[in-house]
Amino acid sequence: MNEEANTMTDTNQYLIKDEPFYQVQDDEVELYSAAYEARLPVMIKGPTGCGKSRFVEHMAWKLNRPLITVACNEDMTASDLVGRYLLDANGTRWLDGPLTVAARIGAICYLDEVVEARQDTTVVIHPLTDHRRVLPLDKKGELLEAHPDFQLVISYNPGYQSLMKELKQSTKQRFTAFEFDYPSAEVESSILQKETGINAELADKLVKVAGTARNLKGHGLDEGISTRLLTYAATLMDKGIAPKAACKMALVRPITDDADIRDTLDHAINTIFA
Amino acid sequence: MSETELAENPNREKLNCGFEQIDPVFDDLMEEASALLSEQGVEDYLAGASLICMIGRGVEPVLSYLQDIPAMADHLGEEIVSLVSQTVWKFSRTINGKAIPVFLQTLPAVARRLGDIDALQSYFDIIFDMMDKTSVSIHGHHATIPSPSLSDLLEKMPYLISQLSLVNLKNWVDYGIRFYSTHPERQRDFFSLQSADSLAILQRERQGTLFYDHERKLNLYMQGLWDDDPQLVPYSLGFDELRKPVPYFDALGLRIPDVYDDTNDVSGIDRYRATLAHMAAHQRWTRPIIADNYSPFQRMAVEFVEDARVEYLAIQQYPGLRQLFIKLHPRPIEGACDPETQSCLRHRMAMLSLALLDPAHGYTDPDILEFVDRFHDAMANGESSTKNIAGIGLSYVARTRIQSDQLANIFFDDTEINYRDDNRHMWTFIEEGDEEESFDDNRQTQAEEEELKGLPPRHYPEWDYHSQSYRPDWVSVYEALHPSGKATDIDKLLDKHSAVLKRMKRVLELLKPQNYVRVRYQEEGSELDLDIAIRSLIDLKSGSQPDPRINMSHKHDGRDIAVMLLLDLSQSTNDIPQGATQTILELCQESVSLLSWSIEQLGDKFAIAGFHSNTRHDVKYHHIKGFSEHWDDEVKGRIAGMKSGYSTRMGAAMRHAAHYLEAQKADKKLLLVLTDGEPADIDVDDEQLLIQDTHKAVQELDQQGIYSYCITLDPNADDYVTDIFGNQHMVIDNVNKLPEKLPALFASLTK
Ligand SMILES: Nc1ncnc2c1ncn2[C@@H]1O[C@H](COP(=O)(O)OP(=O)(O)OP(=O)(O)O)[C@@H](O)[C@H]1O
Ligand SMILES: [Mg+2]
Repeated sequence: MNEEANTMTDTNQYLIKDEPFYQVQDDEVELYSAAYEARLPVMIKGPTGCGKSRFVEHMAWKLNRPLITVACNEDMTASDLVGRYLLDANGTRWLDGPLTVAARIGAICYLDEVVEARQDTTVVIHPLTDHRRVLPLDKKGELLEAHPDFQLVISYNPGYQSLMKELKQSTKQRFTAFEFDYPSAEVESSILQKETGINAELADKLVKVAGTARNLKGHGLDEGISTRLLTYAATLMDKGIAPKAACKMALVRPITDDADIRDTLDHAINTIFA
Repeated sequence: MSETELAENPNREKLNCGFEQIDPVFDDLMEEASALLSEQGVEDYLAGASLICMIGRGVEPVLSYLQDIPAMADHLGEEIVSLVSQTVWKFSRTINGKAIPVFLQTLPAVARRLGDIDALQSYFDIIFDMMDKTSVSIHGHHATIPSPSLSDLLEKMPYLISQLSLVNLKNWVDYGIRFYSTHPERQRDFFSLQSADSLAILQRERQGTLFYDHERKLNLYMQGLWDDDPQLVPYSLGFDELRKPVPYFDALGLRIPDVYDDTNDVSGIDRYRATLAHMAAHQRWTRPIIADNYSPFQRMAVEFVEDARVEYLAIQQYPGLRQLFIKLHPRPIEGACDPETQSCLRHRMAMLSLALLDPAHGYTDPDILEFVDRFHDAMANGESSTKNIAGIGLSYVARTRIQSDQLANIFFDDTEINYRDDNRHMWTFIEEGDEEESFDDNRQTQAEEEELKGLPPRHYPEWDYHSQSYRPDWVSVYEALHPSGKATDIDKLLDKHSAVLKRMKRVLELLKPQNYVRVRYQEEGSELDLDIAIRSLIDLKSGSQPDPRINMSHKHDGRDIAVMLLLDLSQSTNDIPQGATQTILELCQESVSLLSWSIEQLGDKFAIAGFHSNTRHDVKYHHIKGFSEHWDDEVKGRIAGMKSGYSTRMGAAMRHAAHYLEAQKADKKLLLVLTDGEPADIDVDDEQLLIQDTHKAVQELDQQGIYSYCITLDPNADDYVTDIFGNQHMVIDNVNKLPEKLPALFASLTK
């Protein structure tokens, strides 16, 4: 009875209207386009804040496909992806989950940080990723055939890898993969300039600070400073905050509580922005 | 000297002292005294000297006093004039009077480091206290044997006072008194700075930025800013007064001072960073060149410009370094060196060096200005190189050379740049010296020897509750694989306890991680909980407020525990306790086997080690089961082979066990200590010492997220075990029950 409500989902709301700025680093745009052409599932690996989401947004815009993003977390269950019955005044009512919506309307479905989800949750994507391209809605008794334009993209950060959070081989082996990393110094600097309007000299220095922190990864830092944090610092500086203060606030304080590391990064900032 | 001349100076009469050695210098002494002291001061001065004359130690102390007091009074205030003479008098009334000359000789150097008369008084107190406590008294009467080490201490005092604040000095002295008051030999070693712990405590008490306090920060600095992970090796500045060691680096690491004071507005830590930055810059940009073709002067010049080049490049990376280097670089004064009488080459080089670093150098010498330009031209096109920039140094010496450069009298003022290394890495020699070869040979045999000896010891501090401080690197722990016995013996033991095993199995079943547990009453969940949903529906239809928590979900229930079992293998475990038929050791074998079996069932991470000690120099840590090993025949063999002996230095063993636990990834970490008595060792008389140390170890572990728990078989343990473990302990009264109790205890601890 509510079928219509579902199929009438407004596809437009998932379309990206303005071009998201994405600084191409290599041949990733061509490769992705080819993968989409063949509707191959794509996996993007890389540290946090290195541009994975931005890249997918950019590609969705370029290919003019709706994009549905799901941030995965530990508590997420298969029903959160697929859909579930809800209770309303007349009884129960089925509501499609985001994965189902994407499969129906032919969107690109982006499962961000997919390792965060438990393995029994991740397996629901399996039938969508092989030649069948179907999604069984067991509880509803429906076998949904994916829209021809549907594509599945997942991302994950190998840095967090622990035994518990490792994708199963059977999951991994269903995807083509990109390996992202923080951009090279020149590229990262130009991203900062275009993204925030900061000047080249300051952008270069910010990237240098990030380099310091990235060198400390594994020496008390789990992750270096991400491109995302650099854009925060640049934005603050653009708003007139003094570089040293902006860096401490946006780059150092968020990533560590370790006094020695903080001291070392503060020193780096002072000596780079001297 | 005639009577009439004596009479000329009325003051000479006020000095009640007949030594004629005083006469020829008396007038000069009085001149200085009158210039620096008030009239009253002069009176006190002469009275003081007269008093010292009476102590019967000859003319030497009197002369010391007369010579040094005016300047000291000028610095510390006139009251010290009497204070010193009174103190010397008091000193002479002790049996330690022999040390008075050295006491007075070193006093000026000490006084220079002190701020006022109170400080001087405190210094005297320290000396008298030490004197008092190290002089031996018999039958509680007067001291009868003088302090064996007082003179040693006083001789070292100028150095000590330059390194330590008074408080730190006192700590250091107290330490020596406390541990060596009854060992004259060792006492002397301590106070003459000969023994290792004397130096270690000194290092700890030193003011300034100590390397050891900031080691991690410096490693992070190298890692973060220079993307390098070198070995940092500190050296001591204190013991080579003549030739101060200079930073340097070689294949074994970067050598830097063990302490830096703040200077010129630069904190100690930043001085370290400057030194490291300079060496890191060399490592990145300097490529060795051949030394044989150059004269020593030329080499010096090449080194100066190369230093400037790598710093220039480092500053490109980290502009803040410029200010830091400038603050630490000496500022040679133009014209300070007189080329008529002195060799000015160093001075010229140091000026050029500053000019290359600091655009605001202010020099006007045309050669300097020209060479600064030439340097910057060379650097404008990139990194240049050691070889290329050397040319600039060589032409600078050639251009500015004068005859007097050869003079032996070298002008050194403001030419030593102490954050820079000695540049030994910069040169290669075509003619290889044979020293180097033999050095290599030596090292090889050394390495082989070390391999034979097994793993090097690890050093741990021990807590000294008297001084509320750690004794650094006090205990040496040697680790070894425990020798094996027959694994089948252990299987037999397990068979004997098959009934216990069966019971345990049931308990363990309950502990085992249930893969899934259902969580009901969830507003959002993976599934509809039908029971609740229907209830809510009814509520809804009947118009009352429905419970929205109609879903349920599942969650993982995992155990993530790492356990280390630490066994006391001291001699006493060979005893057969009351009411038992087996030795404690045998009971331990049984219980450990049962426990290991149990934990293996649960799949928790688990390791076993044993320890015993024979003084602080030899704590043995026996590896029985590693975290990565399974409960297999090899492990069983080691348990079967368990042997015991010696004493129980528990703190060190716990610290060592903790470093293994620390490396484990687990939510919960547990250290179980199984022992039959209190911590003790034959080199420790004070019972409390090791108890307090072990307590400290428990606290340290707690901070590392490790939960310690003690199972003791000592029925009298109540006296001390709470002092150590708080209530994290269990006293097993009936030892026969240990095999059963241990696994049960483990189960309940980890429920
Ligand atoms: N190549 C790039 N072009 C443009 N902007 C970029 C690029 N890479 C990173 N950024 C900037 O970095 C920010 C973070 O990127 P993004 O959100 O895509 O990171 P992410 O890799 O998805 O991180 P997470 O794993 O935490 O989700 C972006 O908002 C953007 O400002
Ligand atoms: Mg993202």
